[in-house]
Amino acid sequence: MKRIARGTLALAAASASLVCMIDRPAAQQKELVIGEQCDRTGATQLVGVILCPGIMDYIDLINSKGGVEGYRIRLDEIDHEYKVPPAIEAYERYKAEGAVSIMLYGTPQTQALTQKLNEDKIPGTSPGFGTSAAANGTRYPYVFPIAASYWSQGAAAIKFIKDKLGGNLEGKKIAYLYYDNPAGHEPMVILEDLRKTEKFELKNFAVPPPGVEMGAQVLDITQRFRPDFVISHLFGRSPSVAIKELKRAGYPLSKVVGLVWASAEADVQAAGGWSVAEGYHTIQFAGVGDDYPARHEIAAMYKAQGKEPPKEMQNTVYYNRGLLAAALHVEAVRNAIKARGGEKPSGEDVKKGFEAIHGLTLGGLVPPMELSASDHEGGGWVQIFQAKGGKFVKETSSPAWMPRFGWRFRPAVQWPRRLAR
Amino acid sequence: MAATIGAVIGIPSLRIRGLYLAIATLAGQLIIEWTINHVSWISGGVQASIEVPRPTLFGAQLRTQAQFYVFLLFFAAVAIVATINLARSRIGRAFVAVRDQDIAAEIIGIDIFRYKLLAFAISSFYAGVTGVLYTYYLGIANYEQFQINVSIDYLAMIIIGGLGSVLGSIFGAIFVTLLPIVTRWMLEGLGGLILSPADLANIIPNLRLVIFGALIIIFLALEPEGLSRLWRNIVAYFRVWPFSY
Repeated sequence: MKRIARGTLALAAASASLVCMIDRPAAQQKELVIGEQCDRTGATQLVGVILCPGIMDYIDLINSKGGVEGYRIRLDEIDHEYKVPPAIEAYERYKAEGAVSIMLYGTPQTQALTQKLNEDKIPGTSPGFGTSAAANGTRYPYVFPIAASYWSQGAAAIKFIKDKLGGNLEGKKIAYLYYDNPAGHEPMVILEDLRKTEKFELKNFAVPPPGVEMGAQVLDITQRFRPDFVISHLFGRSPSVAIKELKRAGYPLSKVVGLVWASAEADVQAAGGWSVAEGYHTIQFAGVGDDYPARHEIAAMYKAQGKEPPKEMQNTVYYNRGLLAAALHVEAVRNAIKARGGEKPSGEDVKKGFEAIHGLTLGGLVPPMELSASDHEGGGWVQIFQAKGGKFVKETSSPAWMPRFGWRFRPAVQWPRRLAR
Repeated sequence: MAATIGAVIGIPSLRIRGLYLAIATLAGQLIIEWTINHVSWISGGVQASIEVPRPTLFGAQLRTQAQFYVFLLFFAAVAIVATINLARSRIGRAFVAVRDQDIAAEIIGIDIFRYKLLAFAISSFYAGVTGVLYTYYLGIANYEQFQINVSIDYLAMIIIGGLGSVLGSIFGAIFVTLLPIVTRWMLEGLGGLILSPADLANIIPNLRLVIFGALIIIFLALEPEGLSRLWRNIVAYFRVWPFSY
């Protein structure tokens, strides 16, 4: 017993001295902190392990080129395991470090931090997830669901199907296969709206978490409902299961379109490879593939350091989304510093910096979005790709980038009214 | 409200016990989760997430983390005092008797039905209060915060802290909450000397899970009765320090 007690004491003393030793290195002059939340271990780690290196590489690239307007950017990544309390703890740390903007990660985390962001005047971005209604910048001043919210994705899917089916959806059947959680429910309002205006038949098929068992739903879709098109809104492991099951049921994958989190190379590989997924359509809010200047520069940066480019780069869908998120933050910070005439910007300045973003394309990697004080989504642009011959190929029947379709800023339907503040 | 639902979930406890009971209550959790997610008049349905306003106390709104800390500490203190007192009361003694051997308890005149349901109701009451405070802290109420992994976390806290002791559950909660944060600090400080930031970001979260698991195993192997026993041992050691024997 004595030994244990002594051991515990020694351990406590050692850890205490360690914590003291690890004082962070003194901040260099002219440095800006950007907070980055990530999930490399939790429920959505399939995304996080690719997306977050993309963000880091882009910031490294910017710093290796001398930073932004003379400022070095320090990226502080904190892994929150897709849980809300660690996300809040991480946020408090960012605040203490004086972060000027924060890359959020995950819909519940975004919702939890929305109020705090407003109070502390720090802008946060939620690319491709989060609260769709936050596209309305006057109601949600410090949240940016940039690129494409779930509403825009759902609407874009309908638009794409409409074009595919000859420009008229009247009497057509569309199946909506979704992951049964709040994010899965999110596009429903917009689908329901469009169902009324476009007069198609819509049926929802829920996949309960964790989403690896959907044989019954797929049978129901393919044998009973027999839709003209399927919209698949799934996360994590489940997109690959959907591809596999639909294939097995003999449903043509060219009549399936996956929203943005059901659309990565990893999903196709997990489904059994490109030959299985041939024809599968995906919605993307960042460019897919290798042919973008930013990616070439990152590869060159690694070469210059005598290293191989990281293997994460091969999963272009998520990696490029990381580049997009990082590029937007860099651009916003740049705008903010310019507006302040070279002085160190505050969170409020960076928010205005975000709202001043336009014409940032990075050679086609980023959609041609125009953010403004009222439109925090920048137009809701997406691109459609199809799995073809071992990679995602840009769908030719639709324009290069599709803007938001069929919805303007909807009134505040997002919270039940009696419970809203 | 929580107490009532807890009591309903607790009814199977009359017929089954041990591991089977645990599984039955987990099933109850899944039912509740599904109901909250799908019955729109409870949760608002479609986007099942409710924005919770900051609590107002005597006209002052709680904003900072420090204010929240004091606010929550008050509730924690009340809960701890209540629990310690409960354990010493007739009810608490009856709980202990039922736990140790329910047939014997029945023979000495304890109404098992009543006390089992009471146990469920009281613990659900605590959980309900905690849940409300938790949503205040988080700023939103969303069923995704109350899924099965939370139950497992709490179970881990109790086991690490030590079963059947109030002090143990406090230790367990502190341990499980702080461990990820402390390991992150240490790893960042130490790892920064050896690894590049990109590698570090990749390794920390995973290593943290490994360390977390390993520490739980070590603690349980070292002291199956949990942190509270360890604490008592340390106290006992220092009571006679430095002249022990």
